[in-house]
Amino acid sequence: MTQTGQAAVERVFREEYGRLIASLVRRFGDIDIAEEAASEALVTALEKWPESGVPPNPGGWLTTTAGNRAIDRLRREKLRDKKHQAAFMDHDDTPHTPTGPVEDDRLRLLFTCCHPALASEARVALTLRLLGGLTVPEIAQAFLVPETTMGQRITRAKKKIAAAKVPYRVPEAADLPERLGGVLTVLFLVFNEGYLASGDGDPVRAELTGEAIRLARILHQLLPDEPEVTGLLAMLVLTEARREARVRNGQLVPLGEQDRAGWDHAFIAEGHDLVRECLAINRPGRYQMLAAINAVHTDAPSAADTDWSQVVALYDQLTRLDASPIVALNRAVAVAELDGPSVGLALVDRLPLEGYHAWHATRADLLRRLGRTVEAKEAYDAAMTATQNSAEIAYLGRKRGELV
Amino acid sequence: MTAYLMSVHGPAEMEEFGNYGSREAMEESFAETGRFNDKLKADGYWVFAGGLQPASTATVVDGQGETPVVTDGPYLETKELIGGFWVIEAPDLDVALKLAAEASKACRGKVEVRPFDGLA
Repeated sequence: MTQTGQAAVERVFREEYGRLIASLVRRFGDIDIAEEAASEALVTALEKWPESGVPPNPGGWLTTTAGNRAIDRLRREKLRDKKHQAAFMDHDDTPHTPTGPVEDDRLRLLFTCCHPALASEARVALTLRLLGGLTVPEIAQAFLVPETTMGQRITRAKKKIAAAKVPYRVPEAADLPERLGGVLTVLFLVFNEGYLASGDGDPVRAELTGEAIRLARILHQLLPDEPEVTGLLAMLVLTEARREARVRNGQLVPLGEQDRAGWDHAFIAEGHDLVRECLAINRPGRYQMLAAINAVHTDAPSAADTDWSQVVALYDQLTRLDASPIVALNRAVAVAELDGPSVGLALVDRLPLEGYHAWHATRADLLRRLGRTVEAKEAYDAAMTATQNSAEIAYLGRKRGELV
Repeated sequence: MTAYLMSVHGPAEMEEFGNYGSREAMEESFAETGRFNDKLKADGYWVFAGGLQPASTATVVDGQGETPVVTDGPYLETKELIGGFWVIEAPDLDVALKLAAEASKACRGKVEVRPFDGLA
């Protein structure tokens, strides 16, 4: 088999994985059976496709093949368990379609993966594994934990789902807002880990930001009337639009210094449309506010053109929804642009964020602008100690070195 | 249906009115728990439930050796211990968690939900 042949099969498999697993879980009621059948279908595809070519409906082919493999296996093992018997009875040959009940399968599984009964780390890992189709080694690498640790984390979560009977179901309307919040948090965490990687490896992990956006798109397709879902997707694409311009020569480039020609304008246009779409629903929320703030930034042709009073006004609205010190820190940065660095610094100094690298970096920048060089140097040092991200350390080191 | 143990956890050291603060508060909680139990029975979730004597009345028996070894006190020396429990049958964890939230409110304590591997 040629390398390209194999790569093509694996790419299709990965694209179809979430759909495939979700429909198998619905049919067989068991994640392990679904995963095993899916990987057997991959083996078959790797044997057949390079010769026969990728079938016209690869997703349908994989679903049928994996379904047959699962039934074969259950027959072989002659499982008498009622659940498996029921799966036999449930055998249907519904054609694979990209919309309709199949999409609902993925939504169901997403809510299972993000169930509040699972540990937060497990939710993120399980979502990437089952819906993103990332392998255990890939997820382990992305979160900088040993493969065995990640493997155990995922296995434990799957066992809990099976033993405690975490349902495969979209929550009822009454529980939806709260449960949806958990799903959005998972997608946001996946994106963040990609956008400002915490470890000492690559400063940006595009596979994680890309995966978060892909899953957010699916969620938005499935729940188009939930403004926070739209808001999250908008925020993610508007942030992703700046990804390429955000790191240059291994150094972080702050928003104000970024080459705006290097932004992805298709993403920005999409993000702006999404912001308008969610704000029109008039049920404001945290992600919608963050998206709107990003929209103001990406709307300005140059940093100097930024409508800072609008940014501050949006942060004021966000503060009413989320009074966290991190929001207050970001608001203070905008206030500094509007009312000067000393006003901003007074706000920043009040915040209990001594362990947070961005707090030190913000203080350093404001102190630098106020000409308080000695204090600025100390703050740059503290910021460099508090982060592991190589691009950020490089940027902070340069700024510190420029101080005389 | 899956069977779940809903166990109530609270401080090992009991005060005069349990952990309720006053006789009235204690009686109110008992009444509320009673109503919750009636509801479990009426809705078909009920299997079994009971409150336990303080952990200081517990004895640990290790019968794995030739002669059983009996030790005074609870198995785990912790500040928080199981004070009572329900065994329920529910279709899935979401239903069990909803019932546990009601149970927790009624008995004024945190409730752990854990599935049974099976009921004998």
